[in-house]
Amino acid sequence: MKDFFKPHRIVLILLAVALVAWCALSLNWTWLANPKYQLLIVQGIWRTIWIVVVTMVIGMILAVPIGLAQAAGPWYLSAPARVFCTVIRGTPLLMQIWLLYYGLGSLFPSIPWIKQSDLWPYLRQAWPYAVVALSLSVAGYEGEVMRGAFKGVPHGQLEAAKAMGMPPFTLLRRIWLPQALQRVLPTLGGETVSQLKSTPLVSTITIMEIYAVTGRIRQDTFIIYEPLLLLALVYMGLTGLIVLLFRWLEGRTPTRTA
Amino acid sequence: MSGVEAIAAASALDLLALSPPGWGATLLAGLGNSVIIALGAYGLGFAIGLCGAFGKLYGGPITRDLLAVYTTIVRAVPELVLILILFYAFTGLLNQALLSWGMDRVQISPIITGIVVLGVVQGAYQTEVLRGGILAVPAGQIEAARAMGMPSVTLARRITIPLMTANALPGMANLWLNATKDTALLAVIGFSELTKATYQASATTKAFFVFYPAAMALYLLISLTSTFLIGRLEKWARRGQRDVRG
Repeated sequence: MKDFFKPHRIVLILLAVALVAWCALSLNWTWLANPKYQLLIVQGIWRTIWIVVVTMVIGMILAVPIGLAQAAGPWYLSAPARVFCTVIRGTPLLMQIWLLYYGLGSLFPSIPWIKQSDLWPYLRQAWPYAVVALSLSVAGYEGEVMRGAFKGVPHGQLEAAKAMGMPPFTLLRRIWLPQALQRVLPTLGGETVSQLKSTPLVSTITIMEIYAVTGRIRQDTFIIYEPLLLLALVYMGLTGLIVLLFRWLEGRTPTRTA
Repeated sequence: MSGVEAIAAASALDLLALSPPGWGATLLAGLGNSVIIALGAYGLGFAIGLCGAFGKLYGGPITRDLLAVYTTIVRAVPELVLILILFYAFTGLLNQALLSWGMDRVQISPIITGIVVLGVVQGAYQTEVLRGGILAVPAGQIEAARAMGMPSVTLARRITIPLMTANALPGMANLWLNATKDTALLAVIGFSELTKATYQASATTKAFFVFYPAAMALYLLISLTSTFLIGRLEKWARRGQRDVRG
């Protein structure tokens, strides 16, 4: 603690406090008192968190078979998986979101059986497209990471399991997948932060998450900087939360360092 | 090929034709803007990153703390939000400064704004990558150069930078690919780069499945070409190094 509070740092902290105080006092924060905006902001933050959690879970579930196909699959599985990862990683996420939302969104109404199906009320909304696009993005990036993780598991482990007569699926479930996931865990925190930082893109397809909410406040009140500062603060807070959560998770997983 | 498919293929080619009513020229102009912004932002980011990395490692305590604040904030806040904040702040501050010097307001060209904004974002990431690259240079090399009495700029130019290139290249390659993809974010604030051009073309013609795949192919072309060239570059940077595989 003593190391942290060096003289120059105390000066810097005081300057930062002065800057924050100036922001709080001389900028226009009256809109924060409006209950309508308070509700919107809380809803927006909640939606952002929800999108991050759901798309990370779906994306990771998809990434396991994609990684496995690339690491050990026959060519007719590994080639499509590689193409999928290349396309997802090589094109902007914004473009993928727009392709799904505008492209599929204009294609679906012209297909009769989709229009009559039970899914149609959901397909008319924007969030399924946002969730699918963001999940596919995670699957593409993490599929590549999982490929490396599957390949990184020591060969002796797999050979030992085979020598014990373990069936392939049990080997995957008990030996290969757990060790691969353990390798991925340290990078997962960073990936979740990246995912959080891609969520504002879905505001372009009318999802009211926190970025869209502040956009609306700026339009309603003609205040430019203050909502943006709040937005930056919210994202920094959420990033901090994710980092702490993964540090805690990592501390809980048993590791043996030789 | 059935008749309907033939017509669809022909109309797809018509839509992508270079001269109006085809949208090919619009897409290519967008691609040009994207590449220029990506190159400019990457270059500016490299200048910031190199200064930042040396500042973080060899700078005084205040420089280090300020750089830590810069890289932490930029990497914790979404690029889109930073672009919006810097977009308003950059144009606002510049105009304020010009007005206070008694000059007229200027309309800054969107390309310059895009380069500056994305460059500041790139700078934070490149600082971290280059810092890691410098740290991986064997300490003995730098100590030997100091012992020979080499001035610090010559040391950086002759010893540190050539030796760190190979270490920093993979990370820098990733950041270059990010830079090309981040140009798409400028579509949200209305720059007509490739993504925005694609959006306009497909919104007008409703041919979503012609323009989006075409634009994605263009982005893929950039990234695959870059990956190939960077692979060659890395081989060149690693010349004279022993192969770890033995």
